[in-house]
Amino acid sequence: MAEILLSEAEKTFILHGVEEGFRCDGRMRLDYRPMEVETDVVSHASGSARLRLANTDILVGVKTEIDTPYPERPREGKIEFFVDCSANATPAFEGRGGEELGTEISNSLATAYQSSQTFDLTALCILPGQQCWKLYIDILILECGGNLFDAVSLAVKAALHNTRVPKVKGACLDGGTVDLQLSDDPYDCCRLDVSDAPCLVTLCKIGDHCVVDPTAEEETCSSGSVVIAITEKSLVTSVFKTGVGSFHPQTLIDILKVGQTIGLSVNKALRAALLEEEQQGRKKECFGFLK
Amino acid sequence: MARMDLISFKGLRLDGRRANELRQIRCKMGVFSQPDGSAYLEQGNTKVLAAVYGPHEIRGSRSKALHDKALVNCQYSMATFSTGERKRRPRGDRKSQEMSMHLRQAFQAAIRVEVYPRSQIDIFVEVLQADGGNYCACVNAATLALVDAGIPMTEYVVACTASLANGDVPLVDVSNLEENSGGPNLTVAALPLSGQVALMEMSQRFHLDHLPKVVECALQGCRDIHQILDQAVRRHTEMSGSALGWGNRAQVDL
Repeated sequence: MAEILLSEAEKTFILHGVEEGFRCDGRMRLDYRPMEVETDVVSHASGSARLRLANTDILVGVKTEIDTPYPERPREGKIEFFVDCSANATPAFEGRGGEELGTEISNSLATAYQSSQTFDLTALCILPGQQCWKLYIDILILECGGNLFDAVSLAVKAALHNTRVPKVKGACLDGGTVDLQLSDDPYDCCRLDVSDAPCLVTLCKIGDHCVVDPTAEEETCSSGSVVIAITEKSLVTSVFKTGVGSFHPQTLIDILKVGQTIGLSVNKALRAALLEEEQQGRKKECFGFLK
Repeated sequence: MARMDLISFKGLRLDGRRANELRQIRCKMGVFSQPDGSAYLEQGNTKVLAAVYGPHEIRGSRSKALHDKALVNCQYSMATFSTGERKRRPRGDRKSQEMSMHLRQAFQAAIRVEVYPRSQIDIFVEVLQADGGNYCACVNAATLALVDAGIPMTEYVVACTASLANGDVPLVDVSNLEENSGGPNLTVAALPLSGQVALMEMSQRFHLDHLPKVVECALQGCRDIHQILDQAVRRHTEMSGSALGWGNRAQVDL
């Protein structure tokens, strides 16, 4: 993570603030920072989204490829997450420096999307046991301002919402080889249903209390955090703890309850933002990084 | 199969440009707050982000420190979704390493490295979308980021490509389509005010007689891009300056 040096006094200031229910940027304990999301920013990808959560900047591109399904799950497509921590975020990520963090985030996303009740992988099947779509979800971290897990998961959901998979007009088995006919029209494609895709909510323990959406400074003060993956139907698909500290079981249960309500509202807000953007249709102005 | 003509008999290229016409350049300085300087640049469909950190202490082994000048460290990486086919690795492959080296060569010629002995300047570029002329877009974006970071340079480093169509017409700012259709490709990184060349690279071949013509075409491209970048820098300075309460407010009518 970005190198942030805090003195003892600064740490105490943040700690006492959280105890009283105030944070350095004027938020309460359970408030998020403002977020901006824009979809369809990379034209070479099948779907893309850029999410900016205060100082955290995430760009996600989804690419589709044809692959053979896993033998044990012949009716399902494949999904692969790859997180690239760009050196633009911090010089510490230069070379292979960001690989550890990248693997941690991509593994957590893979676990969150593993449940059959989240993202429907059967929609990606073309010919059972023979051919399926493989979605490569490539996440690029351009700036770290804390709370990477939440920002990445929201950006991934937005990018999946924006993804267009080419329509297959016909598929038949000819001997051992599969013959696929793809539609010639690039606009003839299907959308993916992301209503069940999970969002990650990080609850960061500072002192005896938990805060959501920690800034990078707050993250350095915390001993550990719990990340919860929640769908729009308030199903929890994965829970894991990061950081060095430890939790009392009761605290963990309390955190889960809080996280569930927050996860619901975050999901709802993202959905509303994506719908609003879609309604603008072609009139939508594409800003990208020029804003 | 007959090769596609890079330029039609009406003098138009595959994407409708004239031979001496650049792609549209749009840029923004100061996109991020954490790096000391950052810039985003679009050259047609090629989109690049650059970040500059430094000058700071040498990171890693101190033996790399140069006692009389700053170390310029460059890293070129491409997003895995930037190309038509998905890339397996964003950086570290031969091509990226070569690009990083070329970036360092070009910038070492322009940054006043002797001002910061025993320190390091990091330049990181990230290609978000590749559509030809990646190196040029990276150099131009990195120049803007260096200006944003306030690092002293003798002058702007500006890069541009040129090609030769139909054996005698020089083309400026080659796109991916034109690169792939097999014409020669000349990349020049220049210091446009003094007219010096900081880096030159050529692929494929054409007759030596054509070389001055193509180089001049690329250099003219560099001068044109320099104008655009200079305007962007002035605009940015006016904007950020007027926010601080200095500069001529009357001129800021964006």
